[in-house]
Amino acid sequence: MESQRSITINGNRLSFSPGETILDVAKRNSIDIPTLCHLKRALPSGVCRVCVVEVTGARNLLPACATPAADFMEVQTESAKVVEARRLIIKLMLSSGNHNCAITGSDTTDWTRFQLSVHKDDNNDDLCPVWGDCRLQDLAYRYQVSADGLERLPCPYPMETVNPFIVRDFSRCVQCGRCVQACNEIQVNNAIDFGYQSSRTKIITPGDRPLKDSDCVFCGECVQVCPVGALVEKNARYNVRQWDVKKVKTTCSYCGVGCQLYLHVRDGHVVKVTGAEGSLPNDGNLCVKGRFGFDFINSSERLTRPLIRKDGELKEAGWDEALNLVAQRLGTIKDQHGPDSIGVLTSARITNEENYLAQKFARAVVKTNNVDHCARL
Amino acid sequence: MTNTIACIEKADVILITGSNTTENHPVLSAFVKRAVHFNNSRLIVVDPRRIKIAGFAHQYLRPNLGTDVAWINGLMHVIIRDNLYNHDFVDTRTVGFDELKQTVEKYTPSHVEKITGIAATQIEDAARMYAGARVGSILYCMGITQHVSGTDNVKSLANLAMLCGFLGVEGGGVNPLRGQNNVQGACDMGGLPDVYTGYQKVISPELRAKMETAWAVTGLPDQPGLKVTHMVPAAHDGKLKAMYVIGENPLVSDPDLNHAEKSFENLDFLVVQDIFMTETAQKADVVLPSCCFAEKDGTFSNTERRVQRVRKAVDPPGEARDDWRIIADISLRMGYNMGIASAEDIFEEIRKVTPSYAGISYSRIDKVGLHWPCPTDNHPGTPILHKEQFSSGKGVFHGIDWIPPAEQADDTYPLYLTTGRVLYHYHTGTMTMKSEGLNERVPECFVEISPQDADRFDLEEGVSVDIASRRGTITARIAISDKAVVGTIFIPFHFARAAANKLTNAELDPISGIPEFKVCAVSLSRAA
Ligand code: SF4
Ligand code: SF4
Ligand code: SF4
Repeated sequence: MESQRSITINGNRLSFSPGETILDVAKRNSIDIPTLCHLKRALPSGVCRVCVVEVTGARNLLPACATPAADFMEVQTESAKVVEARRLIIKLMLSSGNHNCAITGSDTTDWTRFQLSVHKDDNNDDLCPVWGDCRLQDLAYRYQVSADGLERLPCPYPMETVNPFIVRDFSRCVQCGRCVQACNEIQVNNAIDFGYQSSRTKIITPGDRPLKDSDCVFCGECVQVCPVGALVEKNARYNVRQWDVKKVKTTCSYCGVGCQLYLHVRDGHVVKVTGAEGSLPNDGNLCVKGRFGFDFINSSERLTRPLIRKDGELKEAGWDEALNLVAQRLGTIKDQHGPDSIGVLTSARITNEENYLAQKFARAVVKTNNVDHCARL
Repeated sequence: MTNTIACIEKADVILITGSNTTENHPVLSAFVKRAVHFNNSRLIVVDPRRIKIAGFAHQYLRPNLGTDVAWINGLMHVIIRDNLYNHDFVDTRTVGFDELKQTVEKYTPSHVEKITGIAATQIEDAARMYAGARVGSILYCMGITQHVSGTDNVKSLANLAMLCGFLGVEGGGVNPLRGQNNVQGACDMGGLPDVYTGYQKVISPELRAKMETAWAVTGLPDQPGLKVTHMVPAAHDGKLKAMYVIGENPLVSDPDLNHAEKSFENLDFLVVQDIFMTETAQKADVVLPSCCFAEKDGTFSNTERRVQRVRKAVDPPGEARDDWRIIADISLRMGYNMGIASAEDIFEEIRKVTPSYAGISYSRIDKVGLHWPCPTDNHPGTPILHKEQFSSGKGVFHGIDWIPPAEQADDTYPLYLTTGRVLYHYHTGTMTMKSEGLNERVPECFVEISPQDADRFDLEEGVSVDIASRRGTITARIAISDKAVVGTIFIPFHFARAAANKLTNAELDPISGIPEFKVCAVSLSRAA
């Protein structure tokens, strides 16, 4: 028998299978290595370097997400060298754009000036739209980093707000590439990629056109994976704060894929939808309908009271009156013309439970098998 | 689906036909695209429109409308002729091979080319690619079923998969993609005229007796009832007097709408239960406001037979009520007590009368859904069907001949029309058209036409045209696109104001009762 391969992480000897990265082994053993650009189901890119670890014998720190585990390898995940490197990486990201959350800096004059300039860029005087729901902010807290003392570079690109669903705020982009991977490797819509060079790097569509004039299909996968406030749902931006919502897991009501999603509810209204990661069939993916097509729930055109036709017109009525009328009319028609003079159309839109009850109603109460639905139409 | 969605990534050849996958099942299409990009799977797309997924295909075949049986027979002809089929599977798991062989004998690639317009060499290549796979998956949607020959088309695809032994294995299967979220569930639950839950036939005396006991009633009807496509004509003829329509909008989704509209007006009594004032609700005598998915508890069964939870997140508006509660209340007033107080109560009753759902419970599917059949509490569910044998023992090959679509283009109606959906809208649009963003992307109906036909009829982009068929006329704007094939236009049916189904043919598949939405003959002229 082949001998077990093993790697040592923070002094623990751990077995691994060929092909696993240091990050994979650590995850499996609940050893927390922080990541930022790493995206499940995509090839590790190693661009952000937040996950660097110290490997005995290696000259440089190595990204845990992209380094394969090897036999006899010894790894330190939070050594002084590692922490120092992570702090620098985080500091550079923080100073690279409009990261105006509480973590950014404490020097008052500097902060005030910065805050005012962000307000101008953003046309809003609140803290960053994803404040409290940001990977970069979490990391900055964890490693006690602020952007104090570093010069803030202005962002060369204006915000893109011309499509109905997604705001692209390049001033908050940390160029982790998660959106690019989500678009190309997960949803395979191939709408965006890295563009331009070095300090002018930008995530662009071919020709750097707005998303609405590109191959983008507004699946919103890029928004869901963006770790910072660079990509945010237009309607939720500065409007929905994570701490104000309750999330309810349910099934999408559009097509038969049955994607698992979270409805974000605030004050009794659905204000945002995200894909439920870790649940098949979609593992977090959604399409434009599932993610952005929820306005109908709270539409003012919803029916709210029973209606009864009187003198040719539908007029509001009470439930009792309406239900009695339906029961009485169906009863009479059944008596006069037989059960098969009545038909029930149930629906591919309502639940299994309701479909069951509808056919039971047709069969056991009306006594007809005239029951069908329009789904094949 | 016989297999799961995740299974698609395990196929080394994927054959997609009659499914505009990226627009109608976007998240599922990502599985296909990933398989092609990252797993080296081969993709064959057969579709009359050059849809987006065709851009990912290794082979794209473009058949004339309504010629599916012919090209499928053509593939099988080549596979049998060149001895590329799975002898082992055919010998041990199937019957009727000789009949099939005889039927497909005459479907030589050159004969098929004449019928379908697909080049003979393409038929040869596609046959070799599919049959040469270790395991191949077939995905299809309404482009296959919405024909007078819909049942034949589906059987033909099953023939093809069986011939190559691609059933009952991971990465294989014949996989219908369900258009609406709970089509699978509506069928599973007996929302069909001939079966109770779990496809238990109403004509079976034993099953009827079982349901009578479970429901504490006597005299359940013993003959199958009317399909929706027969209810409408029955209403027209005055045989059907009343309809109770729950969550459907047949006055946009039905074929030959002008006829359907008259039929509904002819009813003595129409009850519509819905979340919006739909075109159908406007004709009702009583309209009952119900809850939408975000306001209710329950389950949906997705296209891969996975039963998943629906959870209440918000309260319904005004006095709107759960559909189940409304049905139970009417029932009580008609003298029958459903005896349930929650969605879960109903699910428990479903389990008792439905062997394939018996092992599923709310607690078991709290985190992840289960695939039926799941007969017992500790059964893991069945992601892949027909593993050891088919539900009826052996798989039966059917020799099927091609029949032309019901309506042909002629001098008066020189173009073919096919209908379908777009990414940004859903079904009759009652839900999606409430989102400004979705409307901004696709604000109104359009006619997709090939550049050649646009030239021929002297029409430029955006111009308004009247489209007429033998049944009606609508007006919409021209959208010139390479997706369209010469001689065929495409119109999405979502839009009530330019309802494509005013044009479509109500001619039915004799077995499934599904209308031929995908083919009818029309004329085009510049609108006045
Ligand atoms: S919304 Fe979807 S298609 Fe558009 S850029 Fe983002 S990931 Fe790509
Ligand atoms: S937009 Fe967001 S996900 Fe994309 S590169 Fe920038 S920070 Fe990363
Ligand atoms: S999110 Fe899109 S793909 Fe998923 S179930 Fe909903 S409509 Fe279908």
